[in-house]
Amino acid sequence: MIVCLLAPFAGALACLVAGRRYRLGGAIAVVAVLVSLCAAVGLVSSTAGGEVFALHAGGWRAPFGIVMVADGFSALMLAVCQTVTLAALVAGGALLPERWKRRHFYPLVLTLSTATCGVFLTGDLFNLYVWFEVLLLSSFALMAIMKGEEERSGAWRYVILNLVSSLLFLVAAGLIYGKSGSLNFADLHLRFAGEEDSFLLESSTVLLFGAFAIKSALLPFAFWLPAGYPHLPPAVSALFAGLLTKVGLYALFRVFGMVFGGDSFPHRELLMGIALLTMVGGVLGAVAQTGMRKILSFHIISQVGYMALALALYTPMAMAAGIFYLVHHIIVKANLFLVAGLIERYRGSSELSGSGGLMRMAPWLGLLFAVPALSLAGIPPLSGFFAKFGLLRAAIASGDTLAILVVVGVGLLTVFSMLKIWRALFWGGDEGVGAGHGVPRGGIVASAMLAVVTVCIGLAAGPVYGLAERAAAGLFDRSAYIEAVLGSGNPVAPGTESETSMK
Amino acid sequence: MILLLALTIGFLAAAGLYRLTGPGRLDPLIGLILLGQAANLVLFASGGLKHNAAPLLGSGVAEPTDPLPQALVLTAIVIGFGIIAFLLSLVIRKTPK
Repeated sequence: MIVCLLAPFAGALACLVAGRRYRLGGAIAVVAVLVSLCAAVGLVSSTAGGEVFALHAGGWRAPFGIVMVADGFSALMLAVCQTVTLAALVAGGALLPERWKRRHFYPLVLTLSTATCGVFLTGDLFNLYVWFEVLLLSSFALMAIMKGEEERSGAWRYVILNLVSSLLFLVAAGLIYGKSGSLNFADLHLRFAGEEDSFLLESSTVLLFGAFAIKSALLPFAFWLPAGYPHLPPAVSALFAGLLTKVGLYALFRVFGMVFGGDSFPHRELLMGIALLTMVGGVLGAVAQTGMRKILSFHIISQVGYMALALALYTPMAMAAGIFYLVHHIIVKANLFLVAGLIERYRGSSELSGSGGLMRMAPWLGLLFAVPALSLAGIPPLSGFFAKFGLLRAAIASGDTLAILVVVGVGLLTVFSMLKIWRALFWGGDEGVGAGHGVPRGGIVASAMLAVVTVCIGLAAGPVYGLAERAAAGLFDRSAYIEAVLGSGNPVAPGTESETSMK
Repeated sequence: MILLLALTIGFLAAAGLYRLTGPGRLDPLIGLILLGQAANLVLFASGGLKHNAAPLLGSGVAEPTDPLPQALVLTAIVIGFGIIAFLLSLVIRKTPK
């Protein structure tokens, strides 16, 4: 578990040492992420049976010291995120135009990767905040270095909004600590489980809810996303599209689904409304756009709504579908942004008007686009189908008619916008064609790798879905988690043992 | 004491929010600083306020205070400082010379 976290961090340091020798830096970065990926895959297989591992930093006992916890859910997320990071590294090295940028690209991506690992592995609320800050700072730095002179306002908006959400998070953590005397996930769950006064909890968690909603781009707070993403270089936007909002969603799943969840969790009706609004709003926003990356950005919002809906339904079936959806979505979305970057490189633009005819000029690009696009739209043999099908099944099982209608309707509109891109870019006339530029091999390799992973998830949907189901079961049955973190003895009663542990 | 702190926090948060939406280039930044201080004070107050109490056990103090919020605030201040420094550099880069 610790390897997952330390490998990218050590890699980042090594990359800084490598400095100008960017080729060496790239090699170090890829190796570091590969090591971390292998460790994550190892974790997935060893947590597959519902085991939970906890690491107590410095040997301090659980509710007081810092804990890192790996359960099925976090292991799965780790493996997927490291896959995407690897692809972004491979593509980024090849696609970045200026060489000096590569020198900063590798260490920053690695710190970003460290931070995502930290978010997935942390076992308490305050460390979650700290890892979020590491994540944000890496992403700010990446944005600041990579973006050109134009369109800084979008990035600026992203920075300010996310910082405000972090402050909300911090205040919420403070209030929760003031009320419960603990920040540890397992301990918090025990302390609030028997709490009858729901107002006590909800008055603090609403701040937490707002913070995570901003980070995961749920609708009233989503506008930083389409303003910021389309102007980044392809590898960076692929990485952000894959990771950033999903990290917020992970926090929502973990904190609301597990820590504060019992029969239900605070603000569930609110989340349901917001999720439906996000799905519809995102997809309608996408319909109105004319640039490929803009369309894809709005689709992130709409897809985030799907996953939030899974949490809002809050049945084991829906949560399993939601976790599977997360896995599928991270890979597919990153790949779509990569392909958009490749097309831009090939044609000089990815605006839908005036750059048709790609199918004749570069059929392989068509193939690379088709796999993730069909998967996003939910066409059967690919991963998206199982994600949407699982969610739809869960919605039907819970008998929420509005949710069923929205899931189906938004799915149709998603197909529509993928078709729109396909028709305009790949068919269409080739008027106004720029000369075909060469596309670096690294970009194609990375995109093909992600496409293969998508197909594999689709073909092996059974086992992967099984993993997601067990991860979801782990969120509902917290006994293994609590036992791993707090030890097998009785939970510590508030205020009794603090004396011994502080010495 | 707690009332004074609560009023301070409220005032800081209100001023911060006001500046956050301001028109100038530096306005959002100043707003963030003020909001950050408000958040830090909330964190600080979360352990309960005690007069003249050391955060140490066995230091001869009858009633020790909770050391954790102090550690949290310290961490939050450091993080906030780093972020403000970074944002300032962004603002300077944005400003035409």
